[in-house]
Amino acid sequence: MSNESNAKSMSMIVTKGTLDWAYPPFILATTAAAMGIDVTMFFTFYGLGLLKKKLNLKVSPLGNAAMEMPMLGMHIGMPNMVAAIPGVDAAATAMMKNLIKRKGVASIEELRTLAVEADVKMIACQMTMDLFEYKLEDMIEGPVLGGAATYIENATKCDINLFI
Amino acid sequence: MADQLLDAKGLNCPLPILRAKKALKDVAMGGTLEVLATDPGAVKDFEAFCRATGNELLASNVEGKVYSFVIKRMS
Repeated sequence: MSNESNAKSMSMIVTKGTLDWAYPPFILATTAAAMGIDVTMFFTFYGLGLLKKKLNLKVSPLGNAAMEMPMLGMHIGMPNMVAAIPGVDAAATAMMKNLIKRKGVASIEELRTLAVEADVKMIACQMTMDLFEYKLEDMIEGPVLGGAATYIENATKCDINLFI
Repeated sequence: MADQLLDAKGLNCPLPILRAKKALKDVAMGGTLEVLATDPGAVKDFEAFCRATGNELLASNVEGKVYSFVIKRMS
């Protein structure tokens, strides 16, 4: 997208790696890129896991009081007592993935591929790589390693900066 | 009749926009692309997309549950 002159730019700090939290950054990044905006994503802490080649994203109803699923014509939430039972996370994740598919919502893998294709710049947090002992070969091709200063230098030039 | 047709029915935000952006690359400058979608959010999104990219939204219609947009490639 960098061929557009005077292109606007957007940066994002991606800090969360669950299935639900993975959507906003990738939806916004791909859409902004499609609108001719230069996008940079900085993946740190749990967000860094979104760059792993093989994704196995999960969502948990535990401590997630706003999470309610459309079921049997109503919306059903889950008390923490129930959400803590083994297997509930897996079931909730399966239900969410099913819902995503049924509603024609893109998968995170698909959005991520589109982001890479659209030349979205991705920075993998070096400190988090060390902290969680991730290896570069476990990550998709494309992201460059960087730190806080790398992000901030970029952010000072951006029209939009988001923390997600 | 538009030069190219993109069927984005059944796809949800932001896929209709992303597919349209891709499809526009195959449309000649000044040519038109018609997009079919079922996502009601696409109405406002295609307006914003066209404003931001400098393309022209020639038409925005709805027939039953299907929305159609005609975009003239200007950029």
